[in-house]
Amino acid sequence: MKWDQFFITDEPLIVGAGISILLTGLGIIFVLTYLKKWKWLWNEWLTTVDHKKIGIMYILFAILMLFRGGVDALMMRTQLAVPNAHFLDAQHYNEIFTTHGTIMILFMAMPFLIGLINVVIPLQIGARDVAYPYLNAVSFWTFFFGACLFNISFVIGGSPSAGWTSYMPLAGNELSPGPGQNYYLLGLQISGIGTLLTGINFLVTILKMRAKGMTLLRMPMFTWSTLITCVIIIFAFPILTVALALMTFDRLFGSHFFTLASGGMDMLWANLFWLWGHPEVYIVILPAFGMFSEIISTFSRKTLFGYKAMVYSMLVIAGLSFVVWVHHFFTMGSGAAVNSFFSITTMAIGIPTGVKIFNWLFTMYKGKISVTTPMLWSLGFIVNFVIGGVTGVMLAMGAADYQYHNTYFLISHFHYVLIAGTVFGCFAGLHFWYPKMVGYKLNERIGKWCFWIFTIGFNICFFPMYILGLDGMPRRIYTYNASDGWTELNIVATIGAFMMGIGFILLVYNVYYSFRYAKREQTGDAWDGRTLEWSTTSAIPPHYNFAKIPEVTGLDGFWRSKQEKETENVEYKPIHMPSYSGRPFVMSAFLFISGFGLVFEWWAIAILGAIGTLICMVLRSFDYDDGYYVNVEEIQKTESVYKEV
Amino acid sequence: MDNQKQNSSLVDNRFPWKHFVGYLLSVVLTLMALWITFSSGFSLSIIFAIIIVLAILQAVLQLLMFMHITERNSKIQTGTMLYAAFIAITIVAGSIWVMSAGHAAH
Repeated sequence: MKWDQFFITDEPLIVGAGISILLTGLGIIFVLTYLKKWKWLWNEWLTTVDHKKIGIMYILFAILMLFRGGVDALMMRTQLAVPNAHFLDAQHYNEIFTTHGTIMILFMAMPFLIGLINVVIPLQIGARDVAYPYLNAVSFWTFFFGACLFNISFVIGGSPSAGWTSYMPLAGNELSPGPGQNYYLLGLQISGIGTLLTGINFLVTILKMRAKGMTLLRMPMFTWSTLITCVIIIFAFPILTVALALMTFDRLFGSHFFTLASGGMDMLWANLFWLWGHPEVYIVILPAFGMFSEIISTFSRKTLFGYKAMVYSMLVIAGLSFVVWVHHFFTMGSGAAVNSFFSITTMAIGIPTGVKIFNWLFTMYKGKISVTTPMLWSLGFIVNFVIGGVTGVMLAMGAADYQYHNTYFLISHFHYVLIAGTVFGCFAGLHFWYPKMVGYKLNERIGKWCFWIFTIGFNICFFPMYILGLDGMPRRIYTYNASDGWTELNIVATIGAFMMGIGFILLVYNVYYSFRYAKREQTGDAWDGRTLEWSTTSAIPPHYNFAKIPEVTGLDGFWRSKQEKETENVEYKPIHMPSYSGRPFVMSAFLFISGFGLVFEWWAIAILGAIGTLICMVLRSFDYDDGYYVNVEEIQKTESVYKEV
Repeated sequence: MDNQKQNSSLVDNRFPWKHFVGYLLSVVLTLMALWITFSSGFSLSIIFAIIIVLAILQAVLQLLMFMHITERNSKIQTGTMLYAAFIAITIVAGSIWVMSAGHAAH
């Protein structure tokens, strides 16, 4: 391979992006060196096994990816604003919608939610860390390096361009030559390890490490939704792992699982992809449902309405999520029996989801509602998500789907559920738990401006797409003619998209503004909360979370203990905590090297990386570090500082 | 903390024979499947039959050797097994049904 094929040099936009990445990287290196922060970075962050820090790194990475995925989206909207535009060519447009989809689902929505889960869940169940802290670090770093591998594709070697669904035969060697599609396969494979490990880790954490008295039916709703999400992750992600491995074999080693030649079944890829893909969309929506439940309950100052109905409907959603996958390819034409079956199961999902919507409304009914920023995002979610849900039921009808399929109607539908559901959920959760992460709230005034501009922009961007879809505008086209009659609505949609961009800038500005000016929280209870994460003695919990593990006597445990209001002198005992380790970082870096070698079929590099990974695993097997004890004096010292204020 | 103390006293320092044998047998079963497919010279349907049997054997072996299936003291265990069976059947039977019905078969 020649150097000018290795580094993409023929596309000014990409060269510009490459140069700005290089400059930013150099800038970061300079600042770290100048401030002598390298050691701090390694000791405090890169080697950490503290769930709160890992969670914050997940969220930072997610916001970075939201920026990249968002820039991709704005470039697409710019190209489509007017007919016959020449901003992007066909190939570049294909690359951008591929990376936009993949990044937004796997590298933005997933880490944002997993980050919030990391920060909140151990605190919410009264635990000092997750069940497997070392594994948690492995989760983050494999995820991080997998995502980085995917992200460098656009400057080194070229981006994948077969869509985030990567249907065969389009994604095969004949139609997608070069390293692009390999980046997709290896990047997702490596980051998928991290997601699967997170699923296992939090399942065990929630089942085994709850505070005394917290029975399953006393768990906060966010914990319940995370538990169910973990179950779905554990059962769904192996399907993706296998499907990716099979396609990797097809592309790198000449096997014929999904090829047209030699008896391969191309549509089997679509089948396997959606067997994972549909549960995946529930993986990204259920934690958001859990967060909305917490927020709506907190700011209505009422216990969640229909707690058990909420739990059961999530269990039903988890079960049904595995039997609806064919609705993504009704038009493959599996016949009336198959399509009817999957139409009915799909519509059935609307029932438990509807139950949840009504429960949120009834939670607010006669509540003392305070409209804070997290609550605003939750209210916005209910309205907009219902629009997405109703159009989802329209798409669920197999026969009607032949009309909607592959048009902007579908695009609008899934953005209405994913943005109004997952993204609103992430923003709501970020505002809600922000004081728990950094010790102060995000500014409410900027937060509300951000909400209104983003939400109005979102509707201006995506509502016209329903009509464009009904007017027959297909998805994934890079341009159209004026005679198609789609121009006006496309201009409107583009305006909306840029409003969402402004909303995002406001969010980032809010982070800076609040860092400078926000009032620092004096207690751990920033919002008059109901669940255990607000019961910590300090705004940012100490690294061991709880000096004394709280006891729970019912639902909304912390709310109950606040009503009783008793101060007792606690007797501290030494706390056992896990040691930090740099090995997860190093091991994942080796996986990255191995993946990079496979992408370019440079076998020596691939094998070298694999050997490095293996050595790290062997070293871990002979690692007898059982952690350390935080002694009583240190606990007393830490706790007394907060007692005084 | 008390919990963790108990756990560390339960650490088992004996050689993990069960895992070792399980791993070896899994490798052997996989190699057998490879040999039968590439070098046995059986007809296609017989190869299919044999490797399906080998796959089921290996699944059972892993459940026994690694997955604690013999611990029958918890309801969650039973629930998980049933749910796993449901998912496995859905994936296999569902895929066959979907891929062999209607136009998809041609």
